[in-house]
Amino acid sequence: MTENVLLQVQDLHATVEGREVLRGVDLTVRAGEVHAIMGPNGSGKSTLAQVLAGHPAYTVTAGRVLYEGKDLFGMPPEERAREGVFLAFQYPVAIRGITNAYFLRSAVNAIRKHRGQEELGPVEFMDALEAKLEVIGWDSSYLTRPVNDGFSGGEKKRNEILQLAVLDPKLAILDETDSGLDIDALKTVAQTVDKLRRPDNATILVTHYYRILTHIAPDVVHVLAGGRIVKSGGKELALELEEKGYDWLREEATVA
Amino acid sequence: MSDVASGTERYLADFRAFAHNGAAVAPAWLKEIRESAIARFAELGFPTTKQEEWRFTSVAAIAETRFTHPASPIPQLGPRAIEPFLIGGGPRVVIVDGHYAAELSTASSTPKGVRVSSLAAALRTDGDSALARGHLTRYARWQESPFAALNTAFLVDGAFVHVPADATLEQPLEILYLATGRERTVSHPRTLVVVERGARAAIVETFAGVAEGGPYWTNAVSEVVVGQGAHVELYRVQRQGPESFQIATTQSRQERDSFLGVHVLTLGAGLARHDINAVLDGAGAELILNGLYLLNGAQHADHHTVIDHAQPRCASHEFFNGVVGERAHGVFNGRIIVRPGAQRTDSKQTNNNLLLSTEARADSQPQLEIYADDVKCTHGSTVGPIDPMQLYYLRSRGLSPETARGILTYGFGAEILGRMRHPEVRAQMDRLVRERLGEGRA
Ligand SMILES: Nc1ncnc2c1ncn2[C@@H]1O[C@H](COP(=O)(O)OP(=O)(O)OP(=O)(O)O)[C@@H](O)[C@H]1O
Ligand SMILES: [Mg+2]
Repeated sequence: MTENVLLQVQDLHATVEGREVLRGVDLTVRAGEVHAIMGPNGSGKSTLAQVLAGHPAYTVTAGRVLYEGKDLFGMPPEERAREGVFLAFQYPVAIRGITNAYFLRSAVNAIRKHRGQEELGPVEFMDALEAKLEVIGWDSSYLTRPVNDGFSGGEKKRNEILQLAVLDPKLAILDETDSGLDIDALKTVAQTVDKLRRPDNATILVTHYYRILTHIAPDVVHVLAGGRIVKSGGKELALELEEKGYDWLREEATVA
Repeated sequence: MSDVASGTERYLADFRAFAHNGAAVAPAWLKEIRESAIARFAELGFPTTKQEEWRFTSVAAIAETRFTHPASPIPQLGPRAIEPFLIGGGPRVVIVDGHYAAELSTASSTPKGVRVSSLAAALRTDGDSALARGHLTRYARWQESPFAALNTAFLVDGAFVHVPADATLEQPLEILYLATGRERTVSHPRTLVVVERGARAAIVETFAGVAEGGPYWTNAVSEVVVGQGAHVELYRVQRQGPESFQIATTQSRQERDSFLGVHVLTLGAGLARHDINAVLDGAGAELILNGLYLLNGAQHADHHTVIDHAQPRCASHEFFNGVVGERAHGVFNGRIIVRPGAQRTDSKQTNNNLLLSTEARADSQPQLEIYADDVKCTHGSTVGPIDPMQLYYLRSRGLSPETARGILTYGFGAEILGRMRHPEVRAQMDRLVRERLGEGRA
């Protein structure tokens, strides 16, 4: 059982600007699973995601995280990425002057080098990219534009999915990648995530909406509130949340 | 103060020698202007940091150095000496220590009607001289700038380019200003470019030095006239040695519906000051000022731009990026004037500076003077180290901090390079930027 555990979060506490935002998160993700994390605004979902990716502004004050059995916090962000952790940012960062193609190829090659694979030249890379572009329904004009610069909200989200498709991680954390997408884009994104699903990888979907979960059936749904996972359940929990909101859970949490 | 004053005296004495020297042959009208210009220089003297326009840039080192105006003919240089600075196989004019070097220039291979020659030769040729008289010294403001005054006083040679109406200069024309650094030379190259109605041209000005040796000073002025509906791309690379000085003015005047792109790459000189004065003097004209300075060591580079919207419906878009490392100091001052009646002006200015060390410094000053009401003017500037969020974003994709920093730094340059339209010119500029920043191949 433990050998296909990909990620194990134990009693994780984290602060930002001196404020404790994560107050004891426990979470186990196995290979082949999709977990959804829902919860009110400001409850710590992005903080959890960013702590896992290695954001410098967050300080881990207690607890530990094992990724493939190794101490995740012992690795700098780039090493986590090379080992297969990928975070699709809630707010992707724009980089002027650097084309998407150059950025993507640099990332792919950093990971390939780490794996002892040969780095890809611009032409080979472009060939490999064409197929991925088709999957997310993009034309190559996005490749010659600077990274996320001047992209619409939805385009930025799609660009995160393109990176996901190109980098093919073991653990994908998607932080509200479904927010701000139009109905068609949501479908493509969901289909892409679904297509990338394999027995040896896993996905954590942070979302506010039930809709994406109708495309990607999650194995587990968690509710993160006040910096803790206060409830976990099956897909039906998401539907219940959609109807009832979070207030009933807050009461439950304070009572408990 | 007294050193600065005596510096001024030296140039007055040099001028007397120059004016009585055979090298100063010129039409009477020009001699007259030279006299007025030296008189003006005597009044203005070298600027001090007490003057607003020179607040961040001290030229004391120039005033105090005994530069010479060599009377001897320019040294013979082989083609090898200029090779590293050439871009393509197009026509070229090579100016060595301020004088035309015929054996290195290939100006003859220009299309019919297009005149590319030395300015000195143009002034000796009746037709060209008449044309030059209509433009030369009329735009660059020697009455206001002591350095433009000094250049005008010693005006003797440089490049002369005339593209007649509706003609096209297919390949970029290269003007290479080379300093030999012998005898602490000061040179005052003067260039006049006149592109007539509906014509098209691309010009690359390169400032460089052959010897890394002693200090030299290049005090350059280029005047560029863009006729009605004409289209001009002007590229300028300054890659002089770190011991050298460079003061320069690029002065443009645009007529109706014309387009001018000015692309600047400043890499060299220990002390550099570049004034770009662009006058949009015809309705519907468009200007792009696109510049990049990459500084390290103890370099100081000051870019002062003035965009003068004198007529309605003109657009100016200005982008200057700076990457400043070690103990270097970058200065950007961007003044935009919108004259009364210049309605529907569309003007945008940005200056972003990346500081690569704690000792590096950048000063950025926008100055808007708007005297019309129906205008769109925006400006913005930033000065700071690498953005930690950008760094983290790249690292989260597997890039090492060093690679990520390299990419982000190169991005500052790439943004500017991306606006350069001529592929060979852009490739050369890109190579220079990569060499300087130590970035790998894309
Ligand atoms: N960099 C930061 N600086 C200051 N406060 C922060 C920072 N990042 C997060 N916080 C605070 O931590 C709390 C949790 O934020 P987080 O972004 O994790 O919430 P979230 O659950 O992702 O919310 P949302 O659903 O709105 O995306 C919030 O109160 C937020 O203001
Ligand atoms: Mg969030």
